[in-house]
Amino acid sequence: MLPKIILMGNPNIGKSAIFSRLTGANVVISNYPGTTVDFTKGKMRLEGERFEIIDPPGVYSLRPFSKAEEIAVKILRKGDLIINIVDATNLERSLFLTLDLLEKGKPIIIALNLWDEAKHTGIEIDVKKIEELLKVPVVPTVAITGEGIKKLVSRIKEAKSLKIRHLNEKEKWAKIGEIIKKVQKVKHRHHALRERLAEATVKPATGIPIALIIIALSFWVVRFIGENLIGYIFEPLFGFYSSLIMKVSNWLGPGFLHNVFIGKLIEGEIDYVESMGILTTGLFVPFGMVLPYIIAFYLILGILEDSGYLPRLATLTDNIFHKLGMHGYGIVPVFLGLGCNVPGALSSRILETRKQRFISATLLGIAVPCMAQIAMIFGILGSYGLSYIFIVFGTLFILYIVAGFILNKFVKGESPEIFLEIPPYRKPFLKTVLKKTWMRVRWFLTEAIPWLFLGVLLVNILYAIGFLEWIGNIFAPLMEGWFGLPKEATTALLIGFLRKDLAVGMLLPLGMTIGQLVIAVIILAIYFPCVATFVVLIKELGIKDTIKSTLIMLAIALIVGGIMRLILI
Amino acid sequence: MESLTNLQNGEKGKIVKLEGGYTFRLKLRVMGIREGKVVKVITTQPFYGPIVVEIAGRQTTLGRGIAERILVGKPQKNK
Repeated sequence: MLPKIILMGNPNIGKSAIFSRLTGANVVISNYPGTTVDFTKGKMRLEGERFEIIDPPGVYSLRPFSKAEEIAVKILRKGDLIINIVDATNLERSLFLTLDLLEKGKPIIIALNLWDEAKHTGIEIDVKKIEELLKVPVVPTVAITGEGIKKLVSRIKEAKSLKIRHLNEKEKWAKIGEIIKKVQKVKHRHHALRERLAEATVKPATGIPIALIIIALSFWVVRFIGENLIGYIFEPLFGFYSSLIMKVSNWLGPGFLHNVFIGKLIEGEIDYVESMGILTTGLFVPFGMVLPYIIAFYLILGILEDSGYLPRLATLTDNIFHKLGMHGYGIVPVFLGLGCNVPGALSSRILETRKQRFISATLLGIAVPCMAQIAMIFGILGSYGLSYIFIVFGTLFILYIVAGFILNKFVKGESPEIFLEIPPYRKPFLKTVLKKTWMRVRWFLTEAIPWLFLGVLLVNILYAIGFLEWIGNIFAPLMEGWFGLPKEATTALLIGFLRKDLAVGMLLPLGMTIGQLVIAVIILAIYFPCVATFVVLIKELGIKDTIKSTLIMLAIALIVGGIMRLILI
Repeated sequence: MESLTNLQNGEKGKIVKLEGGYTFRLKLRVMGIREGKVVKVITTQPFYGPIVVEIAGRQTTLGRGIAERILVGKPQKNK
C-alpha cells in the first residue's frame, strides 16, 4: 500500500486545482462504499517514492455536519500526511479547520492558496510569522497558475506532526483572533466589475434573464461539441465497425441469435438506430449517441462548477425547488437530463438526502425528455403547429411542479434548507476541468456502460422470445379503452424502453388524429425512463426505491393520459 | 435585536445571537457567520426563497428558516 497524502480544506478554494497539479493522468472518482459521496484519488512521485493523493469533499471543520464531511473525516483517519489547503482570502475561517487538523497529530503542511487573489483584494499575510506561530511549513500557492506548487512539493518532507492540547471552540476562535492580528493586514480594495457581476447574477430581476441566457448558451455549446464528436470521431469508428459486424451477421445467419445480437437488417444493411441488436443498436446507443453528449455535458458542467456560477443558479432556483422537496441544486439533474437522462440521473447525487434524490430522479423520469426525444417531438408535431408542441411541454412542466409538490408532501425523509457559500467568480482552470471531465467519463464507462449493455441485452431477449409482444397484447385493451389510442401504439411504448426518440417516430405511421398523437407523445415521455436511465436509477436509488419510482411514473402516465383523453378527444 | 430576515436589501447589521442547538450554531460559525460579524443583505429571493448575505466580503446563501434564526442588532442604513 502506498502512503496516503490527504488534501484537506474548505470547499471552493482551489483544492481540486491543487489535486490536479500534484497528480498525473491516473486519476479516478471513487465512491465511498455505502454512500453517494464521491472523492477523487490519484498518484504522485516524490524523490523516487510513490504516494497516493486523496481529495475528499471540502469541509469547514472536523465535526461531521453532513455525510460528505463525515466521509472526509473517515478518509483523514487513514492518511499518513495532510496537506491543509488554506484560503488566503479568508484566513480566519480557514484556520478553524487548521487548528482541528493540528490536534490530530499527523504530519501536516499548509498550502496558502489563492495567494494572488488575496493580494489583489488588499490582504497581506506574513508567511514567516504564520509559520512561526503554527510551527508547521506554510507555502503560498496559486494553484491555477502553478505558482508555489514546486515549493510545496519540495517541502512536503518537512511536514511536521505536533502534539498540541485540544482546544474547545471558544479557545479556538480566540487563538485564531490572536494569529490573525499578528500575521494579516487588510486594506480592502474593491473589485468593482467582478462585484457588480456577482450581484447581477444573484438578484432575481437581472439574474433570471442571465441564467436563461447561460443555460441556452450551454445547450448550444453541448450540441456543437456533441455533434462534432459524433460526426468526426464516433460515426467513422462505427463505419469501420460495420464491415466487421456484417461478417458476423452473415456467419450467424437468420435466427434467434441473429435477432438478439444483430437484430433486423434494414434493406440488407445494418441500421444502427433501428436494427435493435445488442452488437448493433446496443453498442451504438451508449457509445455513438450517449457518450459524445456525456462528454460535452460534463465539460460544460465542469466549467459552470469551477467558474462559481452553479451556486448562484442554485440560489435563484431554490424557491421553486425547495417547495418540490429538493433545494436549488435540483436544477442540475434537470439541466443535464434535458440533454440525456443518464447523466441527469447520475447527477441527482448533488443533493444530500435520500428524499431529495428520490424526488429528483422520479421527476426526471416523468417530466424531463432528453434532447433526442425533444427533437422527435418537434419533428412529428411541428407540422400541426406550435400550439401542440406547447401543450406537450406545458403539460410536462406542470407535471414536474405538481408531482414534485405532492411527492414533497408524501415522501418520508428530510429536505434541508439551502445553505451554501457563493465563491467569487474565478476563471476555470482548464486542466482541472479536463481532469474532472475525464474522471466522470471514465466513471461512466466503467460503472454505467456495463449495466446499460446488460439492460439492452435483457430487453432484446424478451423481444426476441416474443415476451414483449405478449405484454403488448395484454395492454392493448388499456390502450384502446383508457387512452383512446390504437392498440398498435403499444408496440411504440414498448420500444420506448430502448429508445424513446425512436418510439416517438413509430407513432407517426399509425394514422392517429392530432389529439391521439399528443396523448401518445405525453404518455411516452412519462411512463418509464429508457433502459439506460433505468439501470442508472437502480444504481443510484437501489432496487426498492427504483420500483417505487417506476410505479409512480406508471400511475401518473395512467392518470394524465386519461385526463388528456377527456380534454383532447 | 431582530431577525436577519427583517433587514432590507443593502442594509447591514451586527450579528448578536444565533438561535438553535449547538450543532446548528457551530455549523454557521465555521462558515464565517459568527456573533460580532457585520452582515449585509445582498438580495432576497421572492416567494419565501433564500436570502444572500455578505460577511467579510464573502457571500452565502441561506434558506429563510436559517436566516430567521440569525439575530442582528439595529440595522445601519449607510451602504
